[in-house]
Amino acid sequence: MKKDELIAKLKTIIAPYIQDEEAFKDLSEDTDFVKDLKINSANLVDIILDIEDEFDIRLENEDMEQMLDVKSAMAIVNSKLEA
Amino acid sequence: MKNRVVITGLGVVAPNGVGVPQFTDALKSGTSGITFHQELADLNFSCQIGGIPNVSDELKSKYFTDLQLRGFNSSGILYGCIAGIDAWKDAGFDTNPESELDYDTGLIFGTGTSGVEKFREAIYKLDDGNVRRLGSTVVLQTMASGVSAYLSGMLGLGNQVTTNSSACTTGTEAVLMGYDRIKYGKAKRMLVGSCSDHGPYVWGGFDAMRVMTYKHNDNPENGSRPMSTSASGFVPGSGAGALVLESLESALARGATIYAEVLGGEVNSGGQRQGGTLTAPNPEVVKRCIKNALKNSEIDSNEIDVINGHLTATSKDTLEIENWTKALEREHSDFPYINSTKSLIGHCLAAAGAIECVASVIQLKEQFIAPNGNCEDLHPDIENLIDSSCIPTEKIDMKFDVIAKASFGFGDVNACVIFKRFKE
Repeated sequence: MKKDELIAKLKTIIAPYIQDEEAFKDLSEDTDFVKDLKINSANLVDIILDIEDEFDIRLENEDMEQMLDVKSAMAIVNSKLEA
Repeated sequence: MKNRVVITGLGVVAPNGVGVPQFTDALKSGTSGITFHQELADLNFSCQIGGIPNVSDELKSKYFTDLQLRGFNSSGILYGCIAGIDAWKDAGFDTNPESELDYDTGLIFGTGTSGVEKFREAIYKLDDGNVRRLGSTVVLQTMASGVSAYLSGMLGLGNQVTTNSSACTTGTEAVLMGYDRIKYGKAKRMLVGSCSDHGPYVWGGFDAMRVMTYKHNDNPENGSRPMSTSASGFVPGSGAGALVLESLESALARGATIYAEVLGGEVNSGGQRQGGTLTAPNPEVVKRCIKNALKNSEIDSNEIDVINGHLTATSKDTLEIENWTKALEREHSDFPYINSTKSLIGHCLAAAGAIECVASVIQLKEQFIAPNGNCEDLHPDIENLIDSSCIPTEKIDMKFDVIAKASFGFGDVNACVIFKRFKE
């Protein structure tokens, strides 16, 4: 999936959970879910489930552990889509 | 040092009124909150009527963020948070997420069980082998202390934060637990109350026990009939009540509005002896509870002006009246006025004690006695114990000082609290 398209989709998924509007506006590949967007770490599992639903993929525990920022999320989603 | 304890805030989410003003109007006019529920009929319930507070999505969004409402399916926590926040604001405090932690205020908010519908959702996924798909919200909404966890975070409370559970005694017990904590100087303020979910998964067990009425599916408002000859079981309800308890010193220093004083009370258990069982009260210990409540409040039984009874509309109503007459040593026309809020809202189970404590304090503050609904055919055994004029069916406006509130619960547990109009 194209980078811009993927970021846009991720942004929609993440939107309900973010606690820092400013950081969300400036979202880039380097944005960290917890440090920048101030997402409650408990909500990371909800984001994972929403990503699974949106892309019709399954994310394993190991994938979840790595998904801490936009860049890693994009990489993992793309690898699943290509698999 | 023993502090005097007063009530400085009230909140309520009841089947016949959400918010203190609406609930007060409903108490005064004797408005019922009991309606027919097709869902219960579809599930083959014997009792197809119940009391569910009217909470719109718009109202929800005033108390919860969109994120908090995501995957939210716990009506008890919903009702508890609305009542708790209302009571907090009523006491003159704001709800700022950035507020400084308040070490002087604690929270005791009880419930019977939490988030049963959320739990049901989870069980379906889990049994399907999909535990990984539960998400993050199941634990917080189904743990008994969920309501306390949500509320304490919304308000930033730093004293004791906990949840008590003692069946239908829960709310009244929470009031007395908070009272003790302030009295002995461990907190300046305690937000206390209780809540209960609505719906078939909470009510089903009672329907199966045949303790709910099946005779009024066609006329729901007439279904809850405490003290009547035709009482045929309780009508299930739901909701929440909340009170801000505060040391008199703190309330006066803030210039807070004082609704009433908590003089004291008693909590005890019949231990399922002397006629008490898991479901029936030990009458000796009910009387002991009432007598000790008076003693702890340092008042004489003649000073009780009004009683807000437990009175659920089962065959135990007569026994309750008999226990009151013996504990107070007052009968016939010498008996205080008595009413049952359940005639209007049904039996709100774990929430009953708190909603009815709020009802009691409203009556004391506004100096009226709410009418009893559906007891035009007073039970003859009750009429042999107390004069029918003690059981008003129309609102009475009257100056009075003391109201006693009692709650009794499964497990043979009792609580009685005494509220007095505040005088310095």
